[in-house]
Amino acid sequence: MLGILASIIDGVLVGLVYGLAAMGLTLIWGVMDVINLTHGTMIVAGMFALYLLAAAFGISPYFTLPPIMIGGFLVGVALYWIAVHRMIGRPPLMSLLSTFAVNLVLVGIGTAVWGTALFNVDVSLPGITVGRYTFPGAHILAAVLAAVIAGILYLFLHYTRLGKALRAVTNNREAAELVGIPTTRLLAIAVGCGVALAGVSGVLIGTLFPFTILSGDGYQLKSFIVTVLGGFGNPVGALMGGVALGLLEGAVTPFVPVSWTLVIEFVLFVLVLIAFPGGIFASRRGAL
Amino acid sequence: MTRFSRISLCLPFCLPLAVAAAATAFVAPAFAEDTITVGFTASQTGPLNVDSLGQQRGYEFWRDEVNAAGGIKTGGKSYKVNFVSYDDQSVGGRVQQLYTRLVNQDRAQFLFSPYSSGLTAPAAVISEQYGKIMIDSGGAEEKPFQLGNKYLFMVITSASHYLSGAVAALKAKNPHARIAMVYSDDPFSKAVLAATKQQAEAAGLEVVMDESYAPSTTDFGPIVNKIISSNADAFMGGGHYSDGATLARQMYDQKANMKWVSILVAPADDKFGELGAAAMGVTVPSQWENQVSYKPQFGPTTAEFSKAFQAKFNAKADYHAASGYTSGAILQHAIEQANSIDTDKVAEALNATDVTTFFGHVKFATDPGNHGLQAAHEMVLAQWQKVNGKPGRQVVWPEAAKSADLIYPISASQ
Repeated sequence: MLGILASIIDGVLVGLVYGLAAMGLTLIWGVMDVINLTHGTMIVAGMFALYLLAAAFGISPYFTLPPIMIGGFLVGVALYWIAVHRMIGRPPLMSLLSTFAVNLVLVGIGTAVWGTALFNVDVSLPGITVGRYTFPGAHILAAVLAAVIAGILYLFLHYTRLGKALRAVTNNREAAELVGIPTTRLLAIAVGCGVALAGVSGVLIGTLFPFTILSGDGYQLKSFIVTVLGGFGNPVGALMGGVALGLLEGAVTPFVPVSWTLVIEFVLFVLVLIAFPGGIFASRRGAL
Repeated sequence: MTRFSRISLCLPFCLPLAVAAAATAFVAPAFAEDTITVGFTASQTGPLNVDSLGQQRGYEFWRDEVNAAGGIKTGGKSYKVNFVSYDDQSVGGRVQQLYTRLVNQDRAQFLFSPYSSGLTAPAAVISEQYGKIMIDSGGAEEKPFQLGNKYLFMVITSASHYLSGAVAALKAKNPHARIAMVYSDDPFSKAVLAATKQQAEAAGLEVVMDESYAPSTTDFGPIVNKIISSNADAFMGGGHYSDGATLARQMYDQKANMKWVSILVAPADDKFGELGAAAMGVTVPSQWENQVSYKPQFGPTTAEFSKAFQAKFNAKADYHAASGYTSGAILQHAIEQANSIDTDKVAEALNATDVTTFFGHVKFATDPGNHGLQAAHEMVLAQWQKVNGKPGRQVVWPEAAKSADLIYPISASQ
């Protein structure tokens, strides 16, 4: 019984980090109906930035969060102007293809520079041991930080002028323009925030697991599942979706062969799509 | 436009083509006569990149050495070795297209395998279909060798013997060990662990958990908790690079308290040492290590190979590099023994091969049910230990080949 409980708690801890990763994806989708297929690579970029900064300056992995968040924002703004801006208002397939193309370029460059070798960031934090089961300190801290960052995003969207403007653009772009909101600039900021969130979640995941330049695909897939569970375009829902996914993984694994976990996840994915086409925690349009 | 001016206009375009065609007509036959073309694919991109790179370097190192020595001497001629290779992107579908191209368009006379069992099996379909010899140093799965293939030869120890040494060593340390077997859901890992389970049970060890996971698994937290719940005190499994390293780290982070950990493939790479304390004590079955000292009948000794490889690539030779080099050395030996480059004669020579190189003893099974399977090479078991204060691999099994004592339980090494 304790084993099942440990598995569920561990699943929820990691699920919070997956939720944070999915928030970046869903934020961009919510504001401009663009599925950012560089999302997984941006998560990996966060991991590599963590590795390089921690190795270069010998600092704690967690102190790399602010510079990587700022760097991620700037990369996101650049991504907007390179791959997204000209696709706004066009069929969704266009932005899908353009971000996919940028993703291939980034993965290609990354593979050429680093190969697909494994990188590891050593984090030594005391964990909590209950009976034979241990919850590593890095997992607990990553979950807490993910929740705090998600909370900050919520406050930003609901209690700042810029956040309110972003929500206005999400709700009705034309109307927002009519009242003088510079929508193009806000769209760039939204992509910047989305990529910053991906980078930050990459840092947190990088403290938990070793990674390669190709690790992004797995996390992008998880982000999609979380986004569907949490509701398209709903960042808070994404966090809850992450927790739900972690809970599911933790609760299912003790009872079935582990190779079935992924099958069960995708069965749930399809069922949710059928029953709740907008996601379980879907919000009404524009309610970021 | 006059007829003359038309010809004048065409001349700048036609002349280089004509010169090139003439040059090809005169040069190509001479090139073909004195060159042996060997084709293969390597995973220059995709998840198999790390291990495939070692194998590819092994191939290239052999080619450069042979060519520097004047080529392969057979039938009264010297043949320089020419490689044609492509990036298979670690994808099975690409392998079949590319090996067909290697045979039909690039006119490869001999083939080397790609890296991994998953890619070697589809490549073997093509090599056999076109009657080309393929030397396999990348795929350890037995299945392709049980299909009646005539031109496929494996220089490495096959999958079912990968963890035999680990089972024997564990039994020597703890005859009542309880083993959790958790492995990637891919052909190689499944073949290894299926055989290991039988060997462990025959040795009187208890297998308390036997499960596979999807190769794309990134978080092993719930799986590690399941291992703890199984009351296992030994772990055997893994698959390829990322999953094996992640498993090792999470078992350490979650204090799974295994007394024994054997993981496939990942710990055979030097980068595994980056896991720090999580790497210490982990054992890995290895086709070859820098510490082994077989007496070669031809070719370099282990020390000579390791030193020259390090000088050429500025990287330490691992078993993928050694097995890649051995593919070339064995092919060369067979061509020289056959005194011909005719496929059937070389295949006959390979069937009769029974030699020792720096890589170990190499001999191929000739019975139709296992034709081409490796019948003599033995693996060693390496363990991550602190060597002069730094993490490194030591050969700990078999006793006769060991360079250091096996540390058990692994907590003693952390």
